[in-house]
Amino acid sequence: MADTKGPEIAIRRSMLGRARGLGAAKSGTAHWWAMKATSLALIPLTLWMLGSMIGLQGATRAQVAAWAGGPITATLLLATIAALFHHMYLGVQTVIEDYIHNERPRIAWLMVTKGVAWLLGLASAISVLKLAFTG
Amino acid sequence: MANFSLPANSRVQPGTTHKAPAGAKNVRAFNIYRWSADDGQNPRTDTFEIDLDACGPMVLDALIKIKNEVDPTLTFRRSCREGICGSCAMNIDGTNTLACLKPIEEVAGEVKINPLPHMPVVKDLVPDLSQAYAQLRSIEPWLKSDTPAPPDGERLQSKEERAKLDGMWECILCFCCSTACPSYWWNGDRFLGPAVLLAAYRWIADSRDEATGARLDALHDPFKLYRCHTIMNCTQTCPKGLNPAKAIGEIKALMVEREG
Repeated sequence: MADTKGPEIAIRRSMLGRARGLGAAKSGTAHWWAMKATSLALIPLTLWMLGSMIGLQGATRAQVAAWAGGPITATLLLATIAALFHHMYLGVQTVIEDYIHNERPRIAWLMVTKGVAWLLGLASAISVLKLAFTG
Repeated sequence: MANFSLPANSRVQPGTTHKAPAGAKNVRAFNIYRWSADDGQNPRTDTFEIDLDACGPMVLDALIKIKNEVDPTLTFRRSCREGICGSCAMNIDGTNTLACLKPIEEVAGEVKINPLPHMPVVKDLVPDLSQAYAQLRSIEPWLKSDTPAPPDGERLQSKEERAKLDGMWECILCFCCSTACPSYWWNGDRFLGPAVLLAAYRWIADSRDEATGARLDALHDPFKLYRCHTIMNCTQTCPKGLNPAKAIGEIKALMVEREG
């Protein structure tokens, strides 16, 4: 027997086997499309939001409540919150998937991010509703 | 996490300088990445001073001159020397391109030459491209048709159908684009990369191919396709002037189209 000792090769799987990997997950299009759609929606919504904030400088709480309580304003505020936090999650999810390669930390960070996005989004939405309904 | 710094044994050290022959007037320095698996040393950058008056116009001419006249151990791939084989793809002056198509005069100052980024190095300027080749094979880059070929043996295309393949059949698979893509650097094991996705779209767009849906199915994946974030390095670096980013965009558009 020849001496076959050498560096241990950890991966003997063929390159083609590795390239095929676990196959296609059959997802990703909805994510990509939601990213584009929320980006587009956020252009007018953010401009409107910023314009409104500037216009409300120095307003009293009652004035802000009266503004936010209008059905159109409240709807637009909730739409902005939904688009913003959905877009935020999708973006951070992409960054995590890009850079965190170990399965467990990746899933942990994705869950934390989703939780934070949901909580911030819900808190924002409830603030709008409270302002709209109780002044 | 992605690695943002090189491991200690991959850090590039200064190497030796080979002076130009006495009396040379038009001297240009070539700083070339050197590494061999055999000597246990870190990679180093050797400097070769070349008399451009006694050298052909392209970077590949300088590399061949160095190998012939200065250091025969300098290792690089080359074959056709006219931009059709894709062998001499390397990083020149910070951009992936073909050494045979890159005029030395286009580079200001010292000519920095490195292997294609982020691939395992076999030796000096020779990268190991087996992952990229396997990924190409995984998209099955050949015509698939259940309809038998007509009795005269030719599957016909209209001029319009044929025109859709322009900008894709010209790809020479040098992998300048894939190795210029940060998404491919970080996730090359799962993301197919621009060269392979361009090849995939070349068959998706082929009117004679009948496996379009299956081809889209095989790409419908957050990593295989959607790691492309439209960074556009691929299109910017392609030495053949092709547009892999556009081909990837077309694939994404078809994915949306078939959703409803």
